[in-house]
Amino acid sequence: MTAYEKLRIARTTGRPTGRAYIDSLFTEQVFLHGDRRYGEDGAILGGIGYLERLPVTFLAIEKGQDLQDRLARNFGCPKPEGYRKALRLMKQAEKFGRPVLCFVDTLGAFCGADAEERGQGLAIAENLLEMAGLTVPILTTVIGEGGSGGALALGVADRVYMLENAVYSVISPEGCASILWKDSAKVEQAADCLHITAEDMLRFGVAEAVFPETFDRFPQMCEQIKNRYLQDLSELLSKPIGQMLEERYQRFRKIGIFTENGEA
Amino acid sequence: MKFLTNLLSKLSGKDEAPLICKSCKTEIPAKVARKNDYLCSSCGKYLRFGGRRRIQWIADEKTFQEISPNLSSQDFLQFPNYAQKLWEAENTTGEKDAVVCGTAKIKGNPCVIFAMEPDFIMASMGSVVGEKITRAFEYALEHQLPVLGFTASGGARMQEGIVSLMQMAKVSAAVRRHSDAGNLYLTVLTDPTTGGVTASFAMQGDIILAEPGALVGFAGRRVVEQTTGSNLPKDFQRSEFLLQHGFVDEIVSRSKLKETIALLLRMHNREVRI
Repeated sequence: MTAYEKLRIARTTGRPTGRAYIDSLFTEQVFLHGDRRYGEDGAILGGIGYLERLPVTFLAIEKGQDLQDRLARNFGCPKPEGYRKALRLMKQAEKFGRPVLCFVDTLGAFCGADAEERGQGLAIAENLLEMAGLTVPILTTVIGEGGSGGALALGVADRVYMLENAVYSVISPEGCASILWKDSAKVEQAADCLHITAEDMLRFGVAEAVFPETFDRFPQMCEQIKNRYLQDLSELLSKPIGQMLEERYQRFRKIGIFTENGEA
Repeated sequence: MKFLTNLLSKLSGKDEAPLICKSCKTEIPAKVARKNDYLCSSCGKYLRFGGRRRIQWIADEKTFQEISPNLSSQDFLQFPNYAQKLWEAENTTGEKDAVVCGTAKIKGNPCVIFAMEPDFIMASMGSVVGEKITRAFEYALEHQLPVLGFTASGGARMQEGIVSLMQMAKVSAAVRRHSDAGNLYLTVLTDPTTGGVTASFAMQGDIILAEPGALVGFAGRRVVEQTTGSNLPKDFQRSEFLLQHGFVDEIVSRSKLKETIALLLRMHNREVRI
C-alpha cells in the first residue's frame, strides 16, 4: 500500500476517533474542560479514567463524529486553549502521580488568525518543554493523522505507538506539494517523499510499536492495546523517575541523521 | 543563480556576498552593511542577516569560538532536489547548514550563542540545526553558561520528513535541562521566525526580545488568510503585534541590542553576590 493510500485510510470518515478509544479503554471516566486561561477547546478531550485498576489522565484530539460534531470540534484542529488545557491536565496528572495517555488524530494545529493572536506557537512550545520533564509516564498513540507540531504537542512521550494505517508527518502532504511544487495535486508524490507511514516511524525511532487495525472487532483490538499499555506502564513505573526522564531525553536525543567531518 | 555569482566572487577572491534589501532591493556590499549596523544604506530599513555575520556583529572581537562546525545534512530520504538545494545553500552562504553556534562574550559577558542563517534553505530546521542547537544547550549546561539565541526560520525542514519534526522535541528537552539548572536562555526573534521553530525553542526563552518589524508566527500568512477567509491587518504576526498580544518581552532596535543583551547577561551573572 502506498503512503497516499494509507493517508486516505487514516482520514476516512467513520474510522474510530479519539472518543471511541477513550470509551473502550477506560472505565468510569470523568471529562475535564477548559484551560483556565481563555476557554474550552472541543478539539481536545481530556479527563481521568481507569485503565484496569490504575487511574490515568487521558487526552485525545477528537475530529468529531458527524458534521455538527466535527464543526464543534473544529475538525480536530486544536487552538492554543486546547493545548493549554492539555498541559493543565498533564500537570495535574503529575501532581497526583497519574500516567498520561495521549491519542493523536489531527491534520495539524489550527491555522486561523485567532489561534495566532493567542499564541499557537507558544502553546505548542510550552507543551514540548513541559512534557520533556513531566515526572509521570507518557504514552502517545497516533490513531489517525499525526499532523506536524500540532501532533507533537501531545507526542513528547516515553512510548509512541502507531495504528497500522496511521500517518505522522512534519507537514501535510498537501502543504508540502503546494510549497515545494506550487501544485497541491502532487499530494501522492509528496506523501511518498515525506515517509509518513507507521513502518517509517519504526525505522526512524519515532515509534516503538504498530497496532494492527481490526476495527470490526474493536473491543478486542482495544484489549490488545490495553495490554500493551499496562505492560509498558508497569515497566516505566518500576523505574526511578530520574532514569525514566533520562531515557525520555535520550529517546529524542538520538533522532537525527547527519555527517560530522564527513562521517555518519 | 545567486549561488553562481556568489561562488564566482568567492573563487575570484573578492569580498563576501553582498546583502540585498528586501524593501528597496538595493544591493549593499557586506562591508558597508556591517558599518551601518545592517540598516539599508538606501532606505534605512532593516536588512535580513543572520548566522556568522550576526555573531561577528554582536560578539566582542575575537571572542567567538565555534561549537561543532563540521556537521552536514544528509539527503537520507532521497527527497527531490534536496541534495541540489543543500549544495546551492552551501555555496551561497559558505556555511554547512542553517545555524552557527559557539561561545562568545558580549561586552565581556560570556555566553553560548547561536544564530540562524536565513539564506540557508530559509534557515529551516533539519537534523543538523537540531543537533547543533542541542549540543549548544548541553555545552551551556555543562559550563553553567547562559544561552543567547538569534532565531530565524521558515520552520521544520520538510526534506528530512518526520526526523525534522522530532528536532523540535530534541531541542526543547535540552532547553528544559538547561533551564532546570537555573540558567538563563535569552532569545532574539529576528525576521522571519516561523513554523516549528516558533513552536519550539524560539518561544522558550526566559526573556524574549524581538527586532522591530520582524515576522514571527506559527502558520504562514497565506495559510492563515485562507483559513480565516479574510484579509489580515498589515502588522499581523509582526513583532509589534506580538508585543501587543503579550508574547514578547520587548522590541529592541539594532542600535540598542548589544547593550540590552549585555545588561541582561550581567543581571543574570550567578557569581555576583552582595
